[in-house]
Amino acid sequence: MSQDAEKIIDHEMLFREPEYVEMFDNKKKNFEFAFPLEKMEEVRDWTKTMEYREKNFAREALTVNPAKACQPLGAVFAAVGFAKTLPFVHGSQGCVAYYRSHFSRHFKEPTSCVSSSMTEDAAVFGGLNNMVDGLANAYNMYKPEMIAVSTTCMAEVIGDDLGAFIRTSKQKGSVPEEYDTPYAHTPAFVGSHITGYDNALKGVLTHFWDKQERVPNESINFIGGFDGNVVGNMAEIRRIFSLFGADHTVVCDPSEVWNTPTDGEFRMYDGGTTKDEVKGALNAKATISFQGFSTEKTNKYIAEKGQEVVALYHPMGIAGTDQFLMEISRLTGKPIPLALEKERGRLMDAIADSSAHIHGKKFALYGDPDLMLGLTGFLLELGAEPVHVLSTNGGDDWAAKVQALFDASPFGAGCHAYPKKDLWHMRSLLFTEPVDLLVGNTYGKYLERDCGVPLVRMGFPIFDRHHHHRFPIWGYEGSLRVLVTILDEIFEALDANTIITAKTDYSYDIIR
Amino acid sequence: MSLTLEETKQRNTDLIAEVLKVYPEKTAKKRAKHLGQYEEGKSDCDVKSNIKSLPGVMTIRGCAYAGSKGVVWGPIKDMIHISHGPVGCGQYSWASRRNYYIGTTGIDSFGTMQFTSDFQEKDIVFGGDKKLEKIMDEIEVLFPLNKGITVQSECPIGLIGDDIEAVSKKKSKEYGGKTIVPVRCEGFRGVSQSLGHHIANDAIRDWVFDKTDPNKHEFQATPYDVAIIGDYNIGGDAWSSRILLEEMGLRVIAQWSGDGTIAELENTPKAKLNVLHCYRSMNYISRHMEEKYGIPWVEYNFFGPSKIEASLREIASHFDDKIKEGAERVIAKYRKLTDAVIAKFKPRLEGKTVMLFVGGLRPRHVIGAYEDLGMNVVGTGYEFGHNDDYQRTTHYVKDGTLIYDDVTGYEFEKFVEKIQPDLVGSGIKEKYVFQKMGVPFRQMHSWDYSGPYHGYDGFAIFARDMDMAINSPVWALTKAPWKK
Repeated sequence: MSQDAEKIIDHEMLFREPEYVEMFDNKKKNFEFAFPLEKMEEVRDWTKTMEYREKNFAREALTVNPAKACQPLGAVFAAVGFAKTLPFVHGSQGCVAYYRSHFSRHFKEPTSCVSSSMTEDAAVFGGLNNMVDGLANAYNMYKPEMIAVSTTCMAEVIGDDLGAFIRTSKQKGSVPEEYDTPYAHTPAFVGSHITGYDNALKGVLTHFWDKQERVPNESINFIGGFDGNVVGNMAEIRRIFSLFGADHTVVCDPSEVWNTPTDGEFRMYDGGTTKDEVKGALNAKATISFQGFSTEKTNKYIAEKGQEVVALYHPMGIAGTDQFLMEISRLTGKPIPLALEKERGRLMDAIADSSAHIHGKKFALYGDPDLMLGLTGFLLELGAEPVHVLSTNGGDDWAAKVQALFDASPFGAGCHAYPKKDLWHMRSLLFTEPVDLLVGNTYGKYLERDCGVPLVRMGFPIFDRHHHHRFPIWGYEGSLRVLVTILDEIFEALDANTIITAKTDYSYDIIR
Repeated sequence: MSLTLEETKQRNTDLIAEVLKVYPEKTAKKRAKHLGQYEEGKSDCDVKSNIKSLPGVMTIRGCAYAGSKGVVWGPIKDMIHISHGPVGCGQYSWASRRNYYIGTTGIDSFGTMQFTSDFQEKDIVFGGDKKLEKIMDEIEVLFPLNKGITVQSECPIGLIGDDIEAVSKKKSKEYGGKTIVPVRCEGFRGVSQSLGHHIANDAIRDWVFDKTDPNKHEFQATPYDVAIIGDYNIGGDAWSSRILLEEMGLRVIAQWSGDGTIAELENTPKAKLNVLHCYRSMNYISRHMEEKYGIPWVEYNFFGPSKIEASLREIASHFDDKIKEGAERVIAKYRKLTDAVIAKFKPRLEGKTVMLFVGGLRPRHVIGAYEDLGMNVVGTGYEFGHNDDYQRTTHYVKDGTLIYDDVTGYEFEKFVEKIQPDLVGSGIKEKYVFQKMGVPFRQMHSWDYSGPYHGYDGFAIFARDMDMAINSPVWALTKAPWKK
């Protein structure tokens, strides 16, 4: 009996009790018919070798532990960025259950989204009836002002035509004729979640803008891209634009719907870019896209409408944020506010205070292509060496951009970009070319366990630490937070490595 | 404001009528069949079930792939489960179900890994069979200690006409008879996770039982051999169950499928009795083993001391006096613990009301555990239950319990708003909705990252968790003092 009512223990300790340990041993010995321990150890050691790495990198078909998700996830992200908008994913219903769970596990917030629940009959006859009924039900039940439609791979494989289906649904009275139902085809077998974000966002813009004439004005649009820190980042972006006094529109802003209060009321919708704002955004002088790889098609479309489009790649740190602010300044003709200049100085101050602890440290990082570019730039700026920069959904064009950053810094020598690779590749890299720190999402904790490298959690999703998404990683303020997060991990690792009494604790310093 | 039984029933009737008003007529008619209340003496719960979810209503259900890969197959730790198709399904279900296991991940165990064929457009156009072959070859090189492979089909596989059975047979032969299991669990099949469970069960029958030499492993049977069927070891549930069965003198030869291995599946036909926890997801294979191998099966319930006690005796009744005495010994041994747990928590939970909406067995199975703590379940429903689940539910629920099958987001929210239970138990998609409303909540799929909840050790955690949810000081702060 392992429990005691006065001291109830959790799974963490319960299963270390001797009776359980004995039970596990017996189960393994008598019923699992496992390979002998020596065999397991032999193979485990082999997976750490260069020979294994070569075989691992020779993979052509198998993907293991990828750092990407599928298109419709990004489409849902984009849809909830618009005011009172309900994402509607046409296809199998299990997908929507997955997107909702995935977002809720990261943001610790509800995520409302509906499916057209297609099943076998729809696979044979097409999903038109599902669309007709689904739009009618969603419209009546959840009273959205807009329904943004995207697709799962099922609907794409059978070739359902969203435009035609939505038109027919309107004719049949599912929703009023003039009701806004932007849509985008988002096949899961093309690109990744950032592609889905891009397609869905472009779908919304196309829906409104193609009916409008552009009357240029002086305002600036801002598009953030798919971003796990969106809740903190968008608030920071709005603050920066306000300090400039710049007329601006954030196009697609889910930061409020994923940041609602617990006060007795559930808000299915909150915040987001309004329809009038979207319409007005056509007239903007220019659009700044913070994550160029997340908005490739959208950027092209906006440029075709006659706006200047500034595609950034998740700028962070000093030089990155400088560039971002200088672009705002150039586009608006307004000087960079003194308050921001002071923030820059404070970030500089923090870096100067701490850079000795980061200088020369080797990093491995993985994640979405834009985030990788921003982080690489920032780390090089700190004198760190981002020796492995990996992106499952980054291609050769992305790798060339990372290489250009390496080439521009002495700290980039010996660093490599790995496009279209996964975390099992990363495992080989970490064993054969070890680093001091790993930066990535929650799944990196398996690498932390296997390779013994401390993980700095950054990116999406982060399931096993709470609330970091509420804070920005953009701007000087956000970069300061990133700096502190990295430093904390470095100090934690240093303390953990010096904590043994009478053996290593001479270096267990109280002042660092 | 406690209502009389008649008032409760009237309230439920009115509430159902009220939520149905939001729907278009056709939808209201269909949804009406899924909403009802239990009337004392009836043999079911007065609701229709296992019917297609309606489009656009925000069903909580998942798909057949989730039922096969996520539930049945995924936890088999020494096999590699390929999520076959685009990247998403495997990504969203990656390690999210907390099927605990012991093993060296990536070397001899693979439970918390995501293997995917990451389909690209060319795979859809030209078919994925060649790619699947190559994937299996690469698995054999890079993961030489895997004990078998399953192919978990995602939607496109069945739509583009791939022949995963042929690939599996061919590769199995090539690797000297290795277990390779093609599973046709495309997400569009059926109406929920449920068909995925069934398909996965059938795949074990066809591709494991029927293809394995019964003497593959050196195995000495004993008269006390049982297999745990339908426990996914969420937070260690199967472990805190197994220990009780072993303590009463039984020998657990297999766990299906939490912390399970292919060898355990293969040896299960040698069991004397299959003990079945999640009836919904594994009754199929239990019935099959009964028909084919003559192994009886018995349902049990390891939530809360009352049901555990009854279950231990029920299981023991299939064996001799030694085991019957063993069951009594186990019951007596743990009584002190459960009495202490109840003495501690019951005064804090007595009379509190609960609304549930979960999958599998839990909408009924956990009711006894709440009742052991003096709590009342006033509403319950199944994500993907069938009529036989609702029949079994009648043994658990009280007269006038609100029943909602495949509840929609809208309905659930309205029901909770009106009934104002002290606790809602459901899933991650529902958790934050109700917490925003100021209603205490526990996830009853993942145990809210706690657990185990099964067995006596698990009950202590269950009781503490329910107390910490309901009696947390935070709920008193939901409303700002100037708004009160």
